[in-house]
Amino acid sequence: MLSLRRVAKRFEGTAALRGVDLEVTAGETVVLIGPSGCGKSTLLRLMIGLIAPDEGTVAFGGEVLERAKLSLLRRRMGYVIQSGGLFPHLTARANAALQARHLGRERPWIERRIDELAELTHLPREVLGRYPLELSGGQRQRVSLMRALMLDPDVLLLDEPLGALDPMIRADLQRDLREIFRRLAKTVVLVTHDLAEASYFSRRMVLLDRGRVVQQGSYRELLESPADDFVRRFIQAQRHAEEG
Amino acid sequence: MARHGHAAMLAAGLLVACAAAPAGGQERGEIRVGSKKFTESVVLGEMAAQLLRDRGFAVRHLRELGGTRLLWNALLAGEIDLYVEYTGTLHEEIFAGRELTAGALTAALGEVGVLATRSLGFNNTYAIGMAEDFAASLGIRTISDLAAHPDLVFGFNNEFLDRGDGWPSLRARYGLPQREVRGLDHDLAYPALASGAIRATDLYSTDAEIALYGLRVLADDRGHFPDYHPLILYRRQLPAAAAAALRRLEGAIDDRAMVAMNARAKLERVAESRVAADFLAEAFGISAAVEDESRAGRLLRSTREHLTLVAISLVAAVLLAIPCGVLAARRPRLGQLLLGAVGILQTIPSLALLVFMIPLFGIGAPPALAALFLYSLLPIVRNTYTGLRDIPPELAESAAALGLPPTARLRWVELPLASRSILAGIKTSAVINIGTATLGALIGAGGYGQPILTGIRLDDLGLILEGAIPAALLALAAQGFFELAERVLVPKGLRLP
Repeated sequence: MLSLRRVAKRFEGTAALRGVDLEVTAGETVVLIGPSGCGKSTLLRLMIGLIAPDEGTVAFGGEVLERAKLSLLRRRMGYVIQSGGLFPHLTARANAALQARHLGRERPWIERRIDELAELTHLPREVLGRYPLELSGGQRQRVSLMRALMLDPDVLLLDEPLGALDPMIRADLQRDLREIFRRLAKTVVLVTHDLAEASYFSRRMVLLDRGRVVQQGSYRELLESPADDFVRRFIQAQRHAEEG
Repeated sequence: MARHGHAAMLAAGLLVACAAAPAGGQERGEIRVGSKKFTESVVLGEMAAQLLRDRGFAVRHLRELGGTRLLWNALLAGEIDLYVEYTGTLHEEIFAGRELTAGALTAALGEVGVLATRSLGFNNTYAIGMAEDFAASLGIRTISDLAAHPDLVFGFNNEFLDRGDGWPSLRARYGLPQREVRGLDHDLAYPALASGAIRATDLYSTDAEIALYGLRVLADDRGHFPDYHPLILYRRQLPAAAAAALRRLEGAIDDRAMVAMNARAKLERVAESRVAADFLAEAFGISAAVEDESRAGRLLRSTREHLTLVAISLVAAVLLAIPCGVLAARRPRLGQLLLGAVGILQTIPSLALLVFMIPLFGIGAPPALAALFLYSLLPIVRNTYTGLRDIPPELAESAAALGLPPTARLRWVELPLASRSILAGIKTSAVINIGTATLGALIGAGGYGQPILTGIRLDDLGLILEGAIPAALLALAAQGFFELAERVLVPKGLRLP
């Protein structure tokens, strides 16, 4: 579904990614994990074409991402970021409906789809008429997820979707998200820096360090046979944090 | 090479457009009379206009247009068909350096397609005046006497400061040592003399104020100032019957009559049209229909003129500036260039910008509209640009990630998010525009500037306020209007506390 070949990216001379190969097959959930600055978000942004690679190629469903095709391809992807990225001038409903309205979908179709998605994401219906500033952090992320799912995309890309939330709300949404991934059986790529969250969502983690993929595998594999000293230290640090 | 060729062609095209723009007076179907911005010129212009109307011509009097250069150029360009000029000004300023004899003057005018009547009679030459008691205390009677008092502050009309027969040559002729010489409007010079802010000023010998303020006119003991006989300059294309009507004024007005008319208009506040009509009635038995405009009627007219200037220029500016702002935000390099260009426009003094527009658009509303339009661009371009640039990057990316093409992003996301900033830019432009439009009166565009201008000339505070107060109220109203508009146009989600 998503295929990255020898992808390299620099920002103002600093290498963010150095020759990354990654294959995501249809229906699987992959978590990109690593310390901040490792390049995991950059990788996600490359997948949806918000930035272009300096070297290598990014392909989606067998098609290389090119400027001319971007608008069409992006409609088959849903993208959720840490802050939600909701447009403050639109209500929750209008945020979710924007893409469909732009494509000229009929009103009843849009209304039906919003009903479905509100139920799926457990968003209270009375909240739909509110503006982003009037929503709680958890509600914002649910609306953002509705917006990403509006056109029933093939792939969901989530960049630290729970990163800005309180622990309680975070646990709720975590559970809901896993349920949604399971029910929809979509291809999902999720970025997080939290090992527990990563293992909660997926058995396939891709651990990055300084722009390189260091190791791929389940939590157990990373724990039991770390590829190098960095992996060992990363896992230990996270376990300490949890126990402490 | 090719690029240079294009630039040259563009420049040539502009030149042709400039030259072709002003149409001849007769094609308009009306005769346009111009006058300078002092009372005597307005009265004489009014007289010429009424004489022509009496002969059945359609006439428009563009009052208080400006100084010599402006009127002369407008005449050459056909923006006006006639105006009253003084022989001294023709010799010393318009044809300065050519030392023309009276006969040669007619020929020189003819070369540029201009004919002249003979003198209308009186001599309104320049003179130097001082407050009577102050001059007496220093024992100053002649211009030569000034040389012994180097500390005196002089205040001269800006035109007098620069012109060939004005201050520079006067100083040279009399060897005057004074250093502190200020430029100020002729009509402000009398109060300044009375208050002692200045000690001597240039006068016209037919000025009504000489008696009113008790001024001593210093003797021109070295015969510096030439004669200033008024005559009517008119374009060769003027119908013969019209020229004949104008020639009735030749030799018809003597010094005393002119001083009396100036005093009536300026000191007794009788409308110039009425003063001119009374003179024509007495001298020629012509009864001209003078419409004495009521204060309310005048206010209504200047409001209409002012609103038209502001509305048209502002709408045009909005239509151009918002796309420019969008372009600037999309292409940063081009953006810097665009912002720089409109920024430079803003640094041109408004009065200068108005005058620059005259060769392109003539006199009246069009050059004022063009100048106001140019002035309105910067706040709108800049606010559109910053409004778009200040959109948080994650929102811009979210819109892109939805697969919305650039135009849809602009329509649904970026412009609504920038709406508050854009509207603030338009508000700024509108308020500035309302104030600047008062200057339009200087080039014949009317509006609230007209009563202000006339009020300054007549030293009539009431008349000045008649323009100044509505202009201020209009600016406040615009402010209020845009605050209301913000509630309608800025999306509710952006106005939450």
